[in-house]
Amino acid sequence: MTDTLLRREPPETPAETGSRRLAERVSRIRESGIIVVLALFVAVTAGVQPRFLSVTNIQFVLVNTTIYALLALGETMVVISRNVDLSVGSVLGMSAYLSASLFGQHHGIPIPVVFLVGLGIGLGWGIVNGLLVAAGRVPSLVVTLATLYIIRGVDILIVGGGMVTANTLPGSFTDIPKDTVGGIPDLAIAVAAVIAAGAYYLRSFRSGRELYAIGSNPGAARLAGITIGGRVFTAFAVSGAIAGVVGVLWAAQYGTVDSTAGTGYELTVVTAVVVGGVAIFGGSGSAVGAALGALLLSTINSALYVLGISDFWDQAIAGFLLLLAITIDRIISVRLTAALRLRSTRRAT
Amino acid sequence: MEKAPDELKPVLELRHAAKSFGAVQALVDGSIELRPGEAHALVGENGAGKSTLVKILAGVYQPDAGSLLVDGREVVLHSPAMALAAGIAVIYQEPTLFPDLTVAENIFIGRQPLLPGRRIDRRAMLAEAGAIFGRLGVPLDPGRIARGLSIADQQIVEIGKALSLNARIIVMDEPTAALSAAEVDRLFDVVRALRSAGAAVLFISHRLEEVFAICQRVTVMRDGAHVFTRPVAGLAADDLVRAMVGRELAAWQAGLPAAPGEAILQVKRLTREGVFVDVSLTVRAGEIVALAGLVGSGRTEVARAIFGIDRYDAGTVAVRGRDLRRASPTAAMAAGVGFVPEDRRQQGLVMEMSVQQNIALASLRQLRQAWLIRAAAESRLATDWAIRLKIRYGRLTDSVAMLSGGNQQKVVLAKWLARRPAVLIVDEPTRGIDVATKAEVHQLLVKLAQDGVGILMISSELPEVLRVSDRILVMREGRLAAEYSRAQATEEEIMSAATGQQAQAL
Amino acid sequence: MRLNLAEMRARAPWALRWETGLAIIVVIIGVIGTAASPSFLTSNNLFNLGLSNGEIAIMTLPMALIVISGEIDLSVSSILGMSSCLLGFLWSRHWPMIAIFVVIAVVGIAAGAINGLLVTRVGLPSLAVTIGTLTLYAGIAEILLGPRTVANFPAAYTNLGVNAVPYTGNAVTYSTAIFVALAVIFGVVLHMTPAGRSIYAMGASPEAALFAGIRVKRIKTMLFIVSGLVCSLAGVLYTFRLSTAVADNGVGLELDVVAIVLVGGISIFGGQGSIPGVVLGVLAFAGIQNALLLTNFNQEASGIVAGGLLLLSVFGRNAGSYARRLREWAPAGRRPTESPAAGQGAQAATESRP
Repeated sequence: MTDTLLRREPPETPAETGSRRLAERVSRIRESGIIVVLALFVAVTAGVQPRFLSVTNIQFVLVNTTIYALLALGETMVVISRNVDLSVGSVLGMSAYLSASLFGQHHGIPIPVVFLVGLGIGLGWGIVNGLLVAAGRVPSLVVTLATLYIIRGVDILIVGGGMVTANTLPGSFTDIPKDTVGGIPDLAIAVAAVIAAGAYYLRSFRSGRELYAIGSNPGAARLAGITIGGRVFTAFAVSGAIAGVVGVLWAAQYGTVDSTAGTGYELTVVTAVVVGGVAIFGGSGSAVGAALGALLLSTINSALYVLGISDFWDQAIAGFLLLLAITIDRIISVRLTAALRLRSTRRAT
Repeated sequence: MEKAPDELKPVLELRHAAKSFGAVQALVDGSIELRPGEAHALVGENGAGKSTLVKILAGVYQPDAGSLLVDGREVVLHSPAMALAAGIAVIYQEPTLFPDLTVAENIFIGRQPLLPGRRIDRRAMLAEAGAIFGRLGVPLDPGRIARGLSIADQQIVEIGKALSLNARIIVMDEPTAALSAAEVDRLFDVVRALRSAGAAVLFISHRLEEVFAICQRVTVMRDGAHVFTRPVAGLAADDLVRAMVGRELAAWQAGLPAAPGEAILQVKRLTREGVFVDVSLTVRAGEIVALAGLVGSGRTEVARAIFGIDRYDAGTVAVRGRDLRRASPTAAMAAGVGFVPEDRRQQGLVMEMSVQQNIALASLRQLRQAWLIRAAAESRLATDWAIRLKIRYGRLTDSVAMLSGGNQQKVVLAKWLARRPAVLIVDEPTRGIDVATKAEVHQLLVKLAQDGVGILMISSELPEVLRVSDRILVMREGRLAAEYSRAQATEEEIMSAATGQQAQAL
Repeated sequence: MRLNLAEMRARAPWALRWETGLAIIVVIIGVIGTAASPSFLTSNNLFNLGLSNGEIAIMTLPMALIVISGEIDLSVSSILGMSSCLLGFLWSRHWPMIAIFVVIAVVGIAAGAINGLLVTRVGLPSLAVTIGTLTLYAGIAEILLGPRTVANFPAAYTNLGVNAVPYTGNAVTYSTAIFVALAVIFGVVLHMTPAGRSIYAMGASPEAALFAGIRVKRIKTMLFIVSGLVCSLAGVLYTFRLSTAVADNGVGLELDVVAIVLVGGISIFGGQGSIPGVVLGVLAFAGIQNALLLTNFNQEASGIVAGGLLLLSVFGRNAGSYARRLREWAPAGRRPTESPAAGQGAQAATESRP
C-alpha cells in the first residue's frame, strides 16, 4: 500500500524534454547530413553531366555500393562494440577465389552451394578473429591487422600465380549483379533488405543493444553482467561471414579473381562506416548510416568517373571525407556534452 | 501494520568477515546487520575497512573468513551478478552508466521488456522507467540519453536500476559527496521512499549531520573492525567521532605560526562558467590557507584552474605579483607553483615508473646536462628527498605501485618539493593514508610554511583543516561562502557554511 | 596479485626482460638461417637484407616513440609513397634535386603536423586520424603521378640506393647506415633525455604527465612531425633503390612497421618498450624474411610470417595474465586472488582500444 510513495507528481519538465530532443535532433542530423551531402553531390554532378543520372549509371552505382554496404554492416557491428575488423578485405579475397574456382573444378555446382562455401570460409576466419579478440583479450586492432596479413598470405599461397577467369563462371552466376526488377538491380534490393534487417536487429533486440553498451562503457557492461566475450565473438563471426558472402558476390561482379582481390577494401569500409556516423570508439551509430556512407563513397567514385576527373582523386577525397567526418563529429560531441551538462547543472541549482 | 525496524528479522547479516590482500589486512572483523525499512549508516575514517566491506556485499570480493546471510540463508557471492540476484545493489560514488544509451535503456539493459518475437518493447520500457522515477518522486525523462547527466541524476538512474531489479538492500557509498544541497534533499526523499517500500538502505558517509538526519541506526568501524551498532537517537556526533578515532587526539598545536609574509598567490574573481564563480583568495608566504567545503563545491576545479590544467573564463591569477598565463601548467611551474593532485594513482604518480623516476618527474630539466639526464644527479635527488620525507621503500628502482598509500603520497610531495616551490597547492593531502603518515604529512606542511612556502590546502577532513591551517575558506556550490581564522573556526561553523545552513556573509 | 608485469620488469633481473628473450630468438633465427642456407650470414646477404628492409627499419624508429607515447601512426607508408611520387613529379618537371629534397622535407613535416594537430588540438583518436591520412596521402600520391612512372633518376642518386657505404666491405647499405645512426639518436633521446622520460610518462599515465607539467600536446605533435620527416626521407631512399617513382610505392608497409615495433617489445597500450628492442625486432623480422627468401618461400606470402609474429608478440605479452586467469578457473576449493583495484570498471584489453 505504500508502493507508490509520491511526494510530488513527476512532471516531465520542459528542460528534460529539451535535453532529450536536443540529443535526438543531433543524431538525426548526422544521418540526414549524409543524405544532404549525397543529394548535393548528385545534383551538382548531374547538372554538369546528365549522363550521371542515366539508368545504367544508377544501376552501376547501386551494384557497386552493395559490396561495400554489406561489408559496412558487419563492420558496424564490430565498431559499435569498440573494436575494429581490418581483415575483411583479405577474407573477401580468399572467399572470392576459392568459391569462384569451384565452378571450374566442379561443373554444374549449384550456385547456393558456392555461396555457402564462401560463407563458411568467412565464418571460419571470423571465428578465429572472435576467439583471439574475446578470449585472448588482445586489442582487435592488432589481431585483425595480423589476420589481414595471414589470410592474404595464405591466399597468395593457394592462388599461386593463377587466377579465375570469367569464362569459367556460369552465366547465371555472373548475371546476379545484372538482374533487375523494374530497373532496380535485384542485388541492391536484397542488400537493402539485409541491411534493414541488420539495423532493426541492432535497434530492437537485446543482444544488439548490448553491443552498443559494450562500446559505450565496457566497465559498466561487465558490472551489468553482460557477456562481453560472447557478444564480441559473435560480432566478429558475423563480420567474417558477411565478408565471405561478399567475396562470392565480388567474383560474380568482376569475373576475374586473382590474389589481389579485395586488397585495401578494409580501409574503404572503415571510412564508409565512420563517415556514416558510427563512432570509432563505439557506442553509437547505425547500420543505415554506415550503408549511406558506403553509398556516398560509391557515388563520389562514379561522379569522378563521369566528370572525367581521373579516379586517382578518389582515394584522396575518401581520406579527406573521413577526417572531415570525425572532426565534425568531435566538435558536435563536445558541444553537445557541454550543452547537456549545462542544462543539468542549471536545473539542479 | 508495519513493525518497527527493531522487531523485524534482518534482511542481511555479515558476521565477522575478514579480508586481506597480500600483506595488507583490509578487514579484520567486519560485521553489519540490516533490517527491512531502515536506513543504516556506516561510518569510519578512511582506511577503516568500509569500502572493503561494501565490495564484499557487492560480490566483488569474497571474504577470507566470516559469513554472509541474506534473509537468514548463508550465501557466497562470487560476482556482482550474484549479488544483484540476491537483491543487493550498490550505488557507487562514480556511477557507471552508458553515455550513449537512454536512461531507460541504462536501467533495463539486458532485461528490456519484450514484444512477441523477442523484440524490445520500447514503449513499455519507457513507461516502466517513468513509473520507477515516479515512485522515487524524481522527474527524470527516461527517453533522454545518459550523456551529460549530472552526478546527482546519474545516481538516481542507478537507484532506479536497483529498484527495477527488486533490490531489497541498497548500499549507497558516499552518495552526497558530489551533490548540491538541493540534490541532497532530493536524495533524502528518495531514501525515505525506498524505506517505505521496505528496502534496507546502507548509507556510507563522512557527513555526520546527514547520518543523524536520515538514518535510524549507525555502525562504526575502526581499523578494519566493527566497533558498535546503535540507534542514532540518543547518540551525539562526538560519540561517533570518538568511536571512529578511538583515542583522544592529543591537542596538537602547530606552534605559533611565523608572521605571514607578502602575498604570494593572488586570485581575483576567478570564474569558470557552470563550475565556479567570482572566487578571490590570497595566500601569503608562510601561511596555510585551507579551502574547505563539500565535494562538488568547486574547490578542486579552482585549484586546477590556478595551476593551469583547466581553463577559466574570467579573473586573474598572480604569483609574487606577476600575472600568470592561464591554462599553462608550464607557466605555473616556472612561476613557482606546485600542485599535489587529488587522485594519487591517476594524477599524482606514474604507477609504472619507479620511485626515483616519479620523484624526478617534475625536475627533469634541472637534472639535465648537455641534453641528457644525469643518472647520478637523479638518484641523488631521489635519495635526498626520500630521506627528508622518510619514505619507506625497498629500492629506489622499485615500482611506485609497491609502496603503501602514505608513502606514495610522500613521493608525490617529494616530486614537488624537489622544485622548491613558492606556492604549493595540495588537494586532499591525506586521503586514504594511515594515521601515522597523516601526522607526518601535517608536520611537513607546517614546516614548509615556516620555511616561507605559501600553502593552499583543499581538504574534506575537518579535523585536519582545523589542526593545520591558519585561515579557512569555505566554498559552496562554486562560490566562496565564508572565511574564518583558525581561532574562530569550529567544525560546526565550517560545516554549516559548507552546506549553506547558515547564511554567512563573506 | 598486486605484482604486475611492470613491477616484475623493474624488479626482475635482466634475464626476464622482453629484449633478452628477443635477443635469444634473433640468435636462434641466425642459427636456423645459417643451417638452412650457408650464405645466410655472408656480407653479400647482409647487404641484401639491408637493401630490402632498410626503409622499413628506418620508419620503425619514430613509430616506436609514437606508440610508447600512447598513439599510433598508420600513415607512415603513405607519407613514404607521397614523397616518392613528389620526387618523381618534380624531377619530371626538371626541378633541381636539392630543391626537391627541401620540398619533400617540408611536405613530410606538414603531413606529420596534420596528424599531430588533429590528434592533439582537435582531440581525435590517432587510429582514426591516421587511417584517414593514410588514405588521403596515398590519394595525393596517386594524384601526383597518376599511372605514370618516373625512372630517369641520375646514377649518382640511385647509387645511394644500391651501393654499399665505402670502406665497410660491401656489407652496409646507406639505408642501414642511416638506420644505425638514427637508432643511436632515437635511443639516446628516448632513454636519456627529459623528452624521452616524458614520452614514457604520457604513454603510461596521460593524466599524471599533464599534472607534472609535461607538455603532452607539444611533444606528441613533434613526434608526428618527426615521423613525417623520417618517412619522407625513407621515401627518397626507397625511390632511389628501385630507381622508380610510382604511385603504389610503399603500399602496405605500415603493417610491417607496426609488426616490428610490437615484436620489439613496445606495448600497444603505451608506456613500455625500448629502442634496443626495436632494433632486435628489425633483426628478427629481416632475418625471418631472409630465411624464407633463401628457402624459396613465396615472398609475397611472407605476410603470414609478419602476422604470426605480431600475434605471438601480443599473446606472449599477455602470457602472465592468461596464467592468472587459468588459476581462477581452478576447482571450487580455491579462492581466486584479487587486487584491490579489481571489479570496479577494470578495463580489459578488448575494450580500451579498438
